[in-house]
Amino acid sequence: MEVNKAANIRPHKKRMSREDKIFHTINYTVFFLLGLICIYPFYYLVINTISRNDYVDLGLVMYAPIGVHFQNYINIFKLSNVMNSVFISVLRTVLGTFIPLVFTTILGYLFTKEHMKGRKFLYRFTIITMYFSAGMIPVYMNIRMLGLLNNFWVYIIPGLIKVYNVVLVKTFIESLPAALEESAQIDGANYFHRFVHIVFPLSTPILATIALFNAVGAWNSYLDTLLYITDSRLYTMQFQLYEYLNQAAALAKSLNNLTDLSMLDAATKVSTTAVRNTMTVITIVPIICVYPFIQRYYVQGVMIGAVKG
Amino acid sequence: MTAVTKKSRGRTRTLQDKDGWKLFWMAIPFILYIFIFHYLPLWGWSFAFVSYRPGRSLTNSPFVGWENFTTLFVQPVMRNRLMEVLRNTLGMQLIGYLFTPLPMFFAVFLNEMKSTRFRKITQTVTTLPNFISWVIIYALAYGMLAVDTGFINNMLKDMGLIENGISFLTSSDHVWLKMALLSLWKSLGWNAIVYLAAVAGIDHEVLEAAEVDGAGRMRRIWNIVLPQLIPTYFVLLVMGIGNFLNTGMEQQQLFSNAMTKPFIETLDLYVYNMGIGSGLISYSTAVGMMKSVIAVILFASANWASKKVRGTSMF
Repeated sequence: MEVNKAANIRPHKKRMSREDKIFHTINYTVFFLLGLICIYPFYYLVINTISRNDYVDLGLVMYAPIGVHFQNYINIFKLSNVMNSVFISVLRTVLGTFIPLVFTTILGYLFTKEHMKGRKFLYRFTIITMYFSAGMIPVYMNIRMLGLLNNFWVYIIPGLIKVYNVVLVKTFIESLPAALEESAQIDGANYFHRFVHIVFPLSTPILATIALFNAVGAWNSYLDTLLYITDSRLYTMQFQLYEYLNQAAALAKSLNNLTDLSMLDAATKVSTTAVRNTMTVITIVPIICVYPFIQRYYVQGVMIGAVKG
Repeated sequence: MTAVTKKSRGRTRTLQDKDGWKLFWMAIPFILYIFIFHYLPLWGWSFAFVSYRPGRSLTNSPFVGWENFTTLFVQPVMRNRLMEVLRNTLGMQLIGYLFTPLPMFFAVFLNEMKSTRFRKITQTVTTLPNFISWVIIYALAYGMLAVDTGFINNMLKDMGLIENGISFLTSSDHVWLKMALLSLWKSLGWNAIVYLAAVAGIDHEVLEAAEVDGAGRMRRIWNIVLPQLIPTYFVLLVMGIGNFLNTGMEQQQLFSNAMTKPFIETLDLYVYNMGIGSGLISYSTAVGMMKSVIAVILFASANWASKKVRGTSMF
């Protein structure tokens, strides 16, 4: 414990040495730049949606907005494609967050019961699916066989049970004191009651983590639309945005519907760039809104994930 | 359940047996679901052994044995494309591996910061991109890097460094590096979290003792902090081996264009382009099947390596 003594003797306030000063200057500068690189693209996008559209098209808006207006945000919701995709995205996110949560938790809970017949086999049967996949095309053929192509439920059903989350829930419930459930059992509560009244409420930290990740995953999901959906009425915002970014023709067609609106003013006249930028911003907004909550839980998520299942 | 007398043990056993079966039947619907969505697709592997045409049924397609596989390697056009795809997959993954120590250093140096506030803000800002989809990143990248109106090009022009815009996204130069940098931008802050937790767990007394003994900052980082993070680094590295061929296709599909295509098409994107794009179901299934088999082998090897390194298996 000599170490301790030595540390205690050391004067509390120490003047920064020259080396320290250099180090901190470099360190802060590097992290400031990293932060700037991460945040500037978002800022740049936002100032471009609220600036004069004719200036934006010339690439004049770089550091600060010019001629602030919010017409783009009013115009974007006049595009019927956009409204429809907002509806689909919200619906799939809400359903895709809560329905899988229920299924995942129940299965995770069942797997904590050690006297379940065939538990070892069933658990292995489930876990092993994390390490192999039949591949994109066989999965596609399977989805087609199940009649889920061009079907809204293709957004929900294939993600009902995420095995990784089952492991998280199981590990978490196993860490709860067993006495709580046992006392309820002695009082005659069946599995359903014990699950609803004891296990579920106690598991909120892990459930909140999983719900947030489900929500972000569902909102950001793009490949399932690309693979399984051709009907434009089922496009999500992510996919609609992709179409706008890539298919100039599709965008121009959408904009034609807007010609009846009086938009002769060059500053607010709807343009393809404005629609693309604005659509991107409204697709990011929900993520930014839940981000503070995510932050509270993600460290937990990462750390639990590191625990062996 | 612990203190059961000899008399009642038999009765308890049967009760528990009955309860065990009840739980079994409760789990069966879930297991059935797992079967339908994870095991049932395996029947699709049979497409690799027939000559399938869209519109025809599997049973009506002529059986061709391993012909689809051999064609992929023998037929010159097919072989060249497969080799190109494999080269891209390996190239991108290797550049990705070069970047894997960066989150560790990010965590170490972030931890050296004195201002808690600045540290928190930095972490918040750098983790955000992880939660943004690739479509949006594509849109952001377009805004920043476009040839005519992109921010970077405009800035460089204003500074007089360039005359004409540089085409960052529509050129075949350094595609792998650009993709790796975009991935890094998305994931750096997020991947650092696990190291930040590890850094926070380091015993302060050891660090202070070293300081008293005259070890400078770099010496402490090099001799005390980093050695404590290296095991985490290797565990993550080993766990990632099984995904070596799984580059995913989202990023590649989005940034793919006429110029970048020869360098951006990785195995996953190749399977998509060939199977869904061109309708060559049999060939793309064959490619996917080989990929799945290799992935299982890699996972098994990683598990073996993990046993050697950590003394425990991962799975």
